[in-house]
Amino acid sequence: MQKRVIVIPAYCEEQAIADVVRAALDVADRVLVVDDGSTDRTAEIAAAAGAVVVRHAINRGLGGALGTGIEGALRLGAELIVTMDADGQHRASDAKRIFDRLAEGDIDFVIGSRMLEQKGNMPLARRYAQRLGNALTFFLYRKWVTDSQSGLRGMTRHAAERLEIRSSRMEVSSEFIKEIVDKKLRLVEIPIEAVYTAYSLSKGQSFAVGIETALKLIWRRLLD
Amino acid sequence: MTVIQIVLILFAVFGFAAAVSRYRRGGLSFRQLALWSLLWLGVAAVASRPDAATIVARRLGVGRGADVVVYLALAAVFYLLFRLLARLEDHERQITRLTRELALKGLETHEHR
Repeated sequence: MQKRVIVIPAYCEEQAIADVVRAALDVADRVLVVDDGSTDRTAEIAAAAGAVVVRHAINRGLGGALGTGIEGALRLGAELIVTMDADGQHRASDAKRIFDRLAEGDIDFVIGSRMLEQKGNMPLARRYAQRLGNALTFFLYRKWVTDSQSGLRGMTRHAAERLEIRSSRMEVSSEFIKEIVDKKLRLVEIPIEAVYTAYSLSKGQSFAVGIETALKLIWRRLLD
Repeated sequence: MTVIQIVLILFAVFGFAAAVSRYRRGGLSFRQLALWSLLWLGVAAVASRPDAATIVARRLGVGRGADVVVYLALAAVFYLLFRLLARLEDHERQITRLTRELALKGLETHEHR
Protein backbone atom coordinates (compact mmCIF):
# COMPACT_ATOMS: atom_id res chain seq x y z
CA MET A 1 0.00 0.00 0.00
CA GLN A 2 1.10 3.56 -0.66
CA LYS A 3 2.73 5.25 2.29
CA ARG A 4 0.20 7.45 4.10
CA VAL A 5 1.30 10.41 6.23
CA ILE A 6 -0.95 12.70 8.24
CA VAL A 7 0.38 16.20 8.83
CA ILE A 8 -0.87 18.07 11.89
CA PRO A 9 0.15 21.70 12.38
CA ALA A 10 -0.12 22.52 16.06
CA TYR A 11 0.29 25.62 18.13
CA CYS A 12 -0.22 25.32 21.89
CA GLU A 13 -2.50 22.29 21.65
CA GLU A 14 -1.29 20.26 24.63
CA GLN A 15 -4.87 19.53 25.70
CA ALA A 16 -6.06 17.95 22.48
CA ILE A 17 -2.97 16.77 20.62
CA ALA A 18 -2.48 13.34 22.22
CA ASP A 19 -5.96 12.06 21.27
CA VAL A 20 -5.69 13.55 17.79
CA VAL A 21 -2.31 11.87 17.18
CA ARG A 22 -3.47 8.48 18.47
CA ALA A 23 -6.60 8.57 16.32
CA ALA A 24 -4.55 9.63 13.29
CA LEU A 25 -2.08 6.76 13.79
CA ASP A 26 -4.95 4.31 13.29
CA VAL A 27 -5.40 5.43 9.69
CA ALA A 28 -1.88 6.48 8.62
CA ASP A 29 1.61 4.98 8.52
CA ARG A 30 3.17 8.07 10.04
CA VAL A 31 1.84 11.13 11.80
CA LEU A 32 3.97 14.27 11.48
CA VAL A 33 3.21 17.01 13.97
CA VAL A 34 4.64 20.45 13.20
CA ASP A 35 4.92 22.26 16.49
CA ASP A 36 4.72 25.88 15.47
CA GLY A 37 6.79 27.35 18.26
CA SER A 38 4.39 26.39 21.04
CA THR A 39 5.06 27.69 24.50
CA ASP A 40 3.44 24.65 26.13
CA ARG A 41 4.23 20.92 26.03
CA THR A 42 2.61 20.23 22.65
CA ALA A 43 5.80 18.76 21.15
CA GLU A 44 6.59 16.35 24.01
CA ILE A 45 3.00 15.17 24.29
CA ALA A 46 2.69 14.61 20.54
CA ALA A 47 5.96 12.65 20.48
CA ALA A 48 4.87 10.56 23.46
CA ALA A 49 1.63 9.76 21.62
CA GLY A 50 3.66 8.35 18.74
CA ALA A 51 4.01 11.22 16.29
CA VAL A 52 7.14 12.30 14.46
CA VAL A 53 7.59 15.87 15.68
CA VAL A 54 9.41 18.76 14.08
CA ARG A 55 9.61 22.12 15.81
CA HIS A 56 9.53 25.65 14.50
CA ALA A 57 11.93 27.65 16.64
CA ILE A 58 9.52 30.59 16.39
CA ASN A 59 5.81 30.79 15.65
CA ARG A 60 5.19 31.22 11.92
CA GLY A 61 1.45 30.71 11.62
CA LEU A 62 -0.71 28.06 10.00
CA GLY A 63 0.63 28.50 6.47
CA GLY A 64 4.23 28.23 7.59
CA ALA A 65 3.50 25.11 9.61
CA LEU A 66 1.55 23.42 6.80
CA GLY A 67 4.34 24.15 4.35
CA THR A 68 6.84 22.56 6.71
CA GLY A 69 4.55 19.60 7.31
CA ILE A 70 4.04 18.86 3.63
CA GLU A 71 7.75 19.22 2.88
CA GLY A 72 8.50 16.98 5.85
CA ALA A 73 5.98 14.37 4.74
CA LEU A 74 7.64 14.27 1.32
CA ARG A 75 11.00 13.72 2.99
CA LEU A 76 9.47 10.88 4.99
CA GLY A 77 8.59 9.29 1.66
CA ALA A 78 4.84 9.89 1.79
CA GLU A 79 2.82 8.85 -1.26
CA LEU A 80 -0.42 10.25 0.10
CA ILE A 81 -0.65 13.18 2.51
CA VAL A 82 -3.59 14.36 4.58
CA THR A 83 -3.51 17.54 6.67
CA MET A 84 -5.63 17.71 9.78
CA ASP A 85 -6.28 20.25 12.55
CA ALA A 86 -4.76 19.66 15.97
CA ASP A 87 -7.80 20.75 17.98
CA GLY A 88 -9.80 17.57 17.50
CA GLN A 89 -12.44 18.96 15.14
CA HIS A 90 -11.61 16.45 12.41
CA ARG A 91 -12.35 12.75 12.60
CA ALA A 92 -9.72 10.19 11.70
CA SER A 93 -12.38 8.21 9.83
CA ASP A 94 -12.81 11.17 7.48
CA ALA A 95 -9.03 11.32 6.98
CA LYS A 96 -9.15 7.66 6.03
CA ARG A 97 -11.88 8.29 3.47
CA ILE A 98 -9.71 11.00 1.93
CA PHE A 99 -6.72 8.63 1.75
CA ASP A 100 -8.92 5.96 0.16
CA ARG A 101 -10.29 8.42 -2.39
CA LEU A 102 -6.77 9.55 -3.30
CA ALA A 103 -5.63 5.94 -3.58
CA GLU A 104 -8.10 5.42 -6.42
CA GLY A 105 -5.55 7.39 -8.45
CA ASP A 106 -7.72 9.55 -10.68
CA ILE A 107 -7.40 12.77 -8.68
CA ASP A 108 -4.62 14.86 -7.13
CA PHE A 109 -6.33 16.75 -4.34
CA VAL A 110 -9.24 16.24 -1.96
CA ILE A 111 -10.86 18.85 0.22
CA GLY A 112 -12.90 17.61 3.14
CA SER A 113 -15.95 19.85 3.03
CA ARG A 114 -18.10 20.65 6.02
CA MET A 115 -20.74 22.05 3.68
CA LEU A 116 -21.48 19.30 1.16
CA GLU A 117 -23.78 17.59 3.59
CA GLN A 118 -24.94 19.77 6.40
CA LYS A 119 -23.82 17.33 9.03
CA GLY A 120 -22.25 18.24 12.32
CA ASN A 121 -22.94 21.20 14.50
CA MET A 122 -21.25 24.09 12.73
CA PRO A 123 -22.31 27.29 14.46
CA LEU A 124 -24.23 29.82 12.39
CA ALA A 125 -21.55 32.53 12.59
CA ARG A 126 -19.02 29.99 11.28
CA ARG A 127 -21.33 29.07 8.46
CA TYR A 128 -21.61 32.67 7.28
CA ALA A 129 -17.86 33.27 7.63
CA GLN A 130 -17.43 30.13 5.55
CA ARG A 131 -19.64 31.44 2.76
CA LEU A 132 -17.77 34.74 2.70
CA GLY A 133 -14.48 32.85 2.48
CA ASN A 134 -15.83 30.77 -0.41
CA ALA A 135 -17.14 33.84 -2.24
CA LEU A 136 -13.83 35.66 -1.89
CA THR A 137 -11.91 32.58 -3.00
CA PHE A 138 -14.11 32.30 -6.07
CA PHE A 139 -13.79 36.01 -6.81
CA LEU A 140 -10.00 35.83 -6.62
CA TYR A 141 -9.26 32.47 -8.25
CA ARG A 142 -12.38 31.59 -10.27
CA LYS A 143 -12.77 28.27 -8.54
CA TRP A 144 -15.87 27.34 -6.62
CA VAL A 145 -15.41 25.07 -3.63
CA THR A 146 -17.97 24.54 -0.92
CA ASP A 147 -15.47 24.80 1.92
CA SER A 148 -12.44 26.84 0.98
CA GLN A 149 -11.28 27.21 4.58
CA SER A 150 -11.33 23.53 5.52
CA GLY A 151 -8.27 22.26 7.35
CA LEU A 152 -8.87 18.61 6.42
CA ARG A 153 -7.47 18.03 2.96
CA GLY A 154 -5.45 15.44 1.14
CA MET A 155 -3.07 15.31 -1.76
CA THR A 156 -0.94 12.91 -3.70
CA ARG A 157 2.84 13.13 -3.73
CA HIS A 158 2.57 14.45 -7.28
CA ALA A 159 0.40 17.35 -6.08
CA ALA A 160 2.46 18.04 -2.96
CA GLU A 161 5.65 18.32 -4.97
CA ARG A 162 4.07 20.94 -7.21
CA LEU A 163 2.48 23.11 -4.55
CA GLU A 164 4.14 26.40 -3.79
CA ILE A 165 2.78 27.52 -0.47
CA ARG A 166 4.15 30.92 0.36
CA SER A 167 1.72 32.38 2.86
CA SER A 168 2.62 32.18 6.50
CA ARG A 169 -0.76 32.56 8.14
CA MET A 170 -4.45 31.75 7.78
CA GLU A 171 -4.68 32.80 4.14
CA VAL A 172 -2.97 29.53 3.31
CA SER A 173 -6.34 27.73 2.94
CA SER A 174 -7.26 29.86 -0.04
CA GLU A 175 -3.74 29.66 -1.37
CA PHE A 176 -4.21 25.90 -1.75
CA ILE A 177 -7.15 26.64 -4.05
CA LYS A 178 -5.01 29.06 -6.05
CA GLU A 179 -2.34 26.40 -6.44
CA ILE A 180 -4.89 23.79 -7.46
CA VAL A 181 -6.05 26.12 -10.22
CA ASP A 182 -2.56 27.24 -11.31
CA LYS A 183 -1.05 23.75 -11.33
CA LYS A 184 -4.16 22.26 -12.94
CA LEU A 185 -4.61 19.67 -10.21
CA ARG A 186 -7.68 17.46 -10.25
CA LEU A 187 -9.79 18.29 -7.22
CA VAL A 188 -12.77 16.62 -5.60
CA GLU A 189 -14.54 17.54 -2.41
CA ILE A 190 -15.92 14.91 -0.12
CA PRO A 191 -18.28 15.57 2.77
CA ILE A 192 -16.84 15.43 6.24
CA GLU A 193 -18.19 16.04 9.67
CA ALA A 194 -16.57 18.66 11.86
CA VAL A 195 -16.86 18.20 15.57
CA TYR A 196 -17.23 21.56 17.26
CA THR A 197 -16.44 21.65 20.91
CA ALA A 198 -15.97 24.68 23.13
CA TYR A 199 -12.28 23.90 22.91
CA SER A 200 -12.03 23.81 19.11
CA LEU A 201 -14.19 26.93 18.79
CA SER A 202 -11.88 28.87 21.07
CA LYS A 203 -9.05 27.94 18.73
CA GLY A 204 -10.64 29.17 15.51
CA GLN A 205 -10.15 32.38 13.58
CA SER A 206 -11.59 35.44 15.23
CA PHE A 207 -13.55 37.96 13.20
CA ALA A 208 -10.61 40.38 13.15
CA VAL A 209 -8.23 37.69 11.93
CA GLY A 210 -10.77 36.79 9.26
CA ILE A 211 -10.78 40.34 7.96
CA GLU A 212 -6.99 40.46 8.00
CA THR A 213 -6.87 37.17 6.09
CA ALA A 214 -9.27 38.50 3.47
CA LEU A 215 -7.33 41.74 2.99
CA LYS A 216 -4.08 39.83 2.63
CA LEU A 217 -5.56 37.62 -0.08
CA ILE A 218 -6.78 40.62 -2.05
CA TRP A 219 -3.44 42.40 -1.67
CA ARG A 220 -1.54 39.30 -2.89
CA ARG A 221 -3.81 38.90 -5.86
CA LEU A 222 -3.13 42.48 -6.90
CA LEU A 223 0.62 41.99 -6.65
CA ASP A 224 1.25 38.56 -8.10
CA MET B 1 11.02 85.39 5.30
CA THR B 2 8.55 83.57 7.55
CA VAL B 3 9.43 81.16 10.36
CA ILE B 4 8.18 78.13 8.44
CA GLN B 5 10.47 79.02 5.52
CA ILE B 6 13.51 79.20 7.81
CA VAL B 7 12.59 75.89 9.49
CA LEU B 8 12.13 74.16 6.14
CA ILE B 9 15.42 75.46 4.77
CA LEU B 10 17.28 74.36 7.90
CA PHE B 11 15.56 70.99 7.62
CA ALA B 12 16.72 70.66 4.02
CA VAL B 13 20.27 71.59 4.93
CA PHE B 14 20.34 68.96 7.69
CA GLY B 15 18.81 66.38 5.36
CA PHE B 16 21.43 67.12 2.71
CA ALA B 17 24.25 66.96 5.28
CA ALA B 18 22.94 63.61 6.57
CA ALA B 19 22.81 62.22 3.02
CA VAL B 20 26.38 63.37 2.30
CA SER B 21 27.64 61.85 5.53
CA ARG B 22 25.92 58.52 4.79
CA TYR B 23 27.42 58.57 1.28
CA ARG B 24 30.90 59.13 2.78
CA ARG B 25 30.43 56.15 5.08
CA GLY B 26 29.33 54.05 2.13
CA GLY B 27 25.68 53.87 3.22
CA LEU B 28 24.42 55.38 -0.04
CA SER B 29 25.37 54.85 -3.65
CA PHE B 30 26.20 57.89 -5.75
CA ARG B 31 22.86 57.63 -7.50
CA GLN B 32 21.00 57.60 -4.19
CA LEU B 33 23.03 60.61 -3.04
CA ALA B 34 22.08 62.44 -6.21
CA LEU B 35 18.38 61.65 -5.69
CA TRP B 36 18.39 62.79 -2.07
CA SER B 37 20.34 65.94 -2.96
CA LEU B 38 17.79 66.73 -5.63
CA LEU B 39 14.94 66.21 -3.16
CA TRP B 40 16.45 68.44 -0.46
CA LEU B 41 17.42 71.07 -3.05
CA GLY B 42 13.81 71.05 -4.20
CA VAL B 43 12.56 71.46 -0.62
CA ALA B 44 14.95 74.37 -0.05
CA ALA B 45 14.03 75.99 -3.38
CA VAL B 46 10.29 75.78 -2.78
CA ALA B 47 10.72 77.00 0.82
CA SER B 48 12.75 80.06 -0.16
CA ARG B 49 10.72 80.95 -3.27
CA PRO B 50 7.13 79.66 -2.82
CA ASP B 51 6.10 81.46 -6.02
CA ALA B 52 8.45 79.13 -7.95
CA ALA B 53 6.22 76.21 -6.92
CA THR B 54 3.19 78.16 -8.06
CA ILE B 55 4.69 78.53 -11.53
CA VAL B 56 5.21 74.77 -11.70
CA ALA B 57 1.69 74.26 -10.35
CA ARG B 58 0.17 76.42 -13.09
CA ARG B 59 2.02 74.40 -15.72
CA LEU B 60 0.59 71.19 -14.23
CA GLY B 61 -2.88 72.64 -14.03
CA VAL B 62 -2.99 72.77 -10.24
CA GLY B 63 -4.00 76.04 -8.61
CA ARG B 64 -1.47 76.60 -5.87
CA GLY B 65 2.19 75.73 -5.41
CA ALA B 66 1.58 74.36 -1.93
CA ASP B 67 -0.98 71.91 -3.36
CA VAL B 68 1.54 70.48 -5.83
CA VAL B 69 3.95 69.88 -2.97
CA VAL B 70 1.28 68.10 -0.94
CA TYR B 71 0.21 65.91 -3.90
CA LEU B 72 3.77 64.92 -4.67
CA ALA B 73 4.51 64.23 -1.01
CA LEU B 74 1.40 62.06 -0.72
CA ALA B 75 2.35 60.10 -3.82
CA ALA B 76 5.85 59.60 -2.42
CA VAL B 77 4.47 58.38 0.92
CA PHE B 78 2.17 55.88 -0.78
CA TYR B 79 5.00 54.59 -2.90
CA LEU B 80 7.25 54.16 0.13
CA LEU B 81 4.47 52.45 2.07
CA PHE B 82 3.92 50.04 -0.78
CA ARG B 83 7.61 49.21 -0.95
CA LEU B 84 7.78 48.80 2.80
CA LEU B 85 4.83 46.39 2.88
CA ALA B 86 6.24 44.38 -0.01
CA ARG B 87 9.59 44.12 1.71
CA LEU B 88 7.98 43.18 5.01
CA GLU B 89 6.14 40.33 3.32
CA ASP B 90 9.36 39.25 1.67
CA HIS B 91 11.05 39.09 5.06
CA GLU B 92 8.16 37.11 6.52
CA ARG B 93 8.61 34.52 3.80
CA GLN B 94 12.34 34.33 4.28
CA ILE B 95 11.97 33.85 8.02
CA THR B 96 9.43 31.10 7.39
CA ARG B 97 11.81 29.36 5.00
CA LEU B 98 14.62 29.60 7.50
CA THR B 99 12.43 28.27 10.32
CA ARG B 100 11.30 25.43 8.05
CA GLU B 101 14.80 24.35 7.13
CA LEU B 102 15.85 24.37 10.78
CA ALA B 103 12.78 22.34 11.78
CA LEU B 104 13.31 19.75 9.05
CA LYS B 105 16.93 19.29 10.07
CA GLY B 106 15.40 17.84 13.22
CA LEU B 107 13.40 15.44 11.06
CA GLU B 108 16.53 14.04 9.43
CA THR B 109 18.23 13.33 12.76
CA HIS B 110 14.99 11.75 13.95
CA GLU B 111 14.99 9.44 10.94
CA HIS B 112 18.59 8.39 11.38
CA ARG B 113 18.12 7.46 14.96
